Amino acid sequence: MAVQDFTTRTAGSGSGSGSGSGEERTTPGALPRRVRTGHRLRALEPLLWLGPALVLILAVVIWPVVEMVRTSLMDISSTGLTRGFAGGANYADLFAEPDLPGVVLRTLVWVVGVVTVTLTVSLALAQLLNSRFPGRRMVRWALIVPWAASVLMTALTWRWMLNNFYGVVNRVLMDVGILDKPVNWLAHPAQAFAWMMAVAVFVSLPFTAFVILSGLGTIPAEVYEAARLDGAGTARTYLSVTLPLLRPSLLVAAIINVINVFNSFPVIWAMTRGGPGFATDTTTTYMYKLAFDNQAVGESAAMAVVNFALILLVVLVYLRVVRGREETG
Amino acid sequence: MSAVTARSTTAPSATVRRRRPLRLRTVLLTAVGWLTALIFLAPYLQMLLTALKPTPELMKSPPSYLPSQWEWSNFADVWSLKDPPVPDALLFSLYVAGMSTLLALAVGLPAAYYTARHRFRGRGAFLLLVLVTQMFAPTALLVGIYREMVSLDLTDTAEGLILVNAAFNLPFCIWILNAYFASIPKELEEAAFMDGAGRLGAMVRVTLPLALPGVVTALVYTFIGAWNEYVVALTITSSGDRTTLTKAIPGFVTAYQEQWQYLFATSLIAIVPVVVLFIFVERYLISGLTAGGIK
Repeated sequence: MAVQDFTTRTAGSGSGSGSGSGEERTTPGALPRRVRTGHRLRALEPLLWLGPALVLILAVVIWPVVEMVRTSLMDISSTGLTRGFAGGANYADLFAEPDLPGVVLRTLVWVVGVVTVTLTVSLALAQLLNSRFPGRRMVRWALIVPWAASVLMTALTWRWMLNNFYGVVNRVLMDVGILDKPVNWLAHPAQAFAWMMAVAVFVSLPFTAFVILSGLGTIPAEVYEAARLDGAGTARTYLSVTLPLLRPSLLVAAIINVINVFNSFPVIWAMTRGGPGFATDTTTTYMYKLAFDNQAVGESAAMAVVNFALILLVVLVYLRVVRGREETG
Repeated sequence: MSAVTARSTTAPSATVRRRRPLRLRTVLLTAVGWLTALIFLAPYLQMLLTALKPTPELMKSPPSYLPSQWEWSNFADVWSLKDPPVPDALLFSLYVAGMSTLLALAVGLPAAYYTARHRFRGRGAFLLLVLVTQMFAPTALLVGIYREMVSLDLTDTAEGLILVNAAFNLPFCIWILNAYFASIPKELEEAAFMDGAGRLGAMVRVTLPLALPGVVTALVYTFIGAWNEYVVALTITSSGDRTTLTKAIPGFVTAYQEQWQYLFATSLIAIVPVVVLFIFVERYLISGLTAGGIK
């Protein structure tokens, strides 16, 4: 069995034992010739097909990871010259930064706040998009716009809308009577940060809502039928049938959101540049400023390594979730 | 939802009792739905209204809701601007996004096809690598990417951006294409092969057309990702003729000029085409983005 499997694979069909026999019969002439050279070539064949992809991933995704870790351990001058090994000096510098505790705390608020609100609102949005009403398709299209549009451009619109003198947000709030004079929203760190979180939610909603919507689609109608026959009301059905069955989608959506929101750069960059000072920075924008504003490349790399370690942790959780699903389902 | 309820109510009396609340429900849903759409479109509507205002009106406080005069010429003006150079940036972005897409597909198609059709040593490791790197964003690796591009002398080049965009979108391409190839019965391809089409011929003429939704989704998603990419362009290119649209656009509002009307006219030129493209592939996207976690 094993031998036969091997021969069929060397013959180039290579796709397990099930279908090999048919081919053996139809291409008898090709078989012996290929077997002779096939032994060694066989091991290299996957490399032929996967090689370019591997090279691209290793050279452009993995190399920067290595380079980043290496840089974080090097002493690099502000002009980019490497002056030698620095040991943990860059990390020591980073952790001694007076702005760091605030930045880390804000990052925590940013990720937890944005992801929680995004998931909650997305649950409602998905429910809405899953119901039938005239124009549903148009609503779905409208929801796609912030997803497809450049986040930078979306954030720039919000910056303009929040402008002290010329922004439409102040105009509306004054017309409605909530404000009696314009507020300079983005000048005050706390207000600016709250608005940026709102914008981050705004751009995260479409993807999340569509993931949950697709999760809703996997719930069989019979389950609802059974709940109805058991006399469960709408709220009860949602809490004890829909939500538990949505757990997988919610989990995947939550993890992907955590990673995206953590890495979110354009929203903050376009609206406040993390300013005034470092007052609205997260670790991601802080990392950028360390390298490209302060020319402290080594320290920035140390920040990046810390960020990346956190992301890796989330990715590991993600792997467990996705892989676990593949094995059970 | 409502259809399920209607179908399940078999007794005529129940149908009569339910008809009125159902209609109210639909009206409410429609209202909420359309309001939601408006909220999501509002920032882009504001973009359009600002892009259509005459220059002096932009500095009116409090601002007007609608332009006093609809300056459609703003959309024509941006094509001749030099600072930032919109036409150059558009072409550059088009080139970078187009080439990134081609590279990602050229590299991703064979890998996805082979992993879907064959079992071999290292297959699991390869798919794991793809799954993990799909979660890596260039933003998180920015310092490393910058240092690499400096040492390869690829800063300020289209090639540097193309490599980064292709590589970081490649995992998604492989994942979604792999799923499509795996869903196409191998027997179809074998049949074509026996008819004398050859391995490659069978793949190109039979499998590829059937996997077309996957190919188009990978294509559109990579293109849009590269088209919208900002952080890497900001970091490894400096302003000049090698500027992507995303890098160029903030240049409308600096210490020296504030041209929000042009900024938003250009933004809309960049956004509208990709939204239309995106609408076509939306329903194929989710399974690829969640690594098949949700089907």
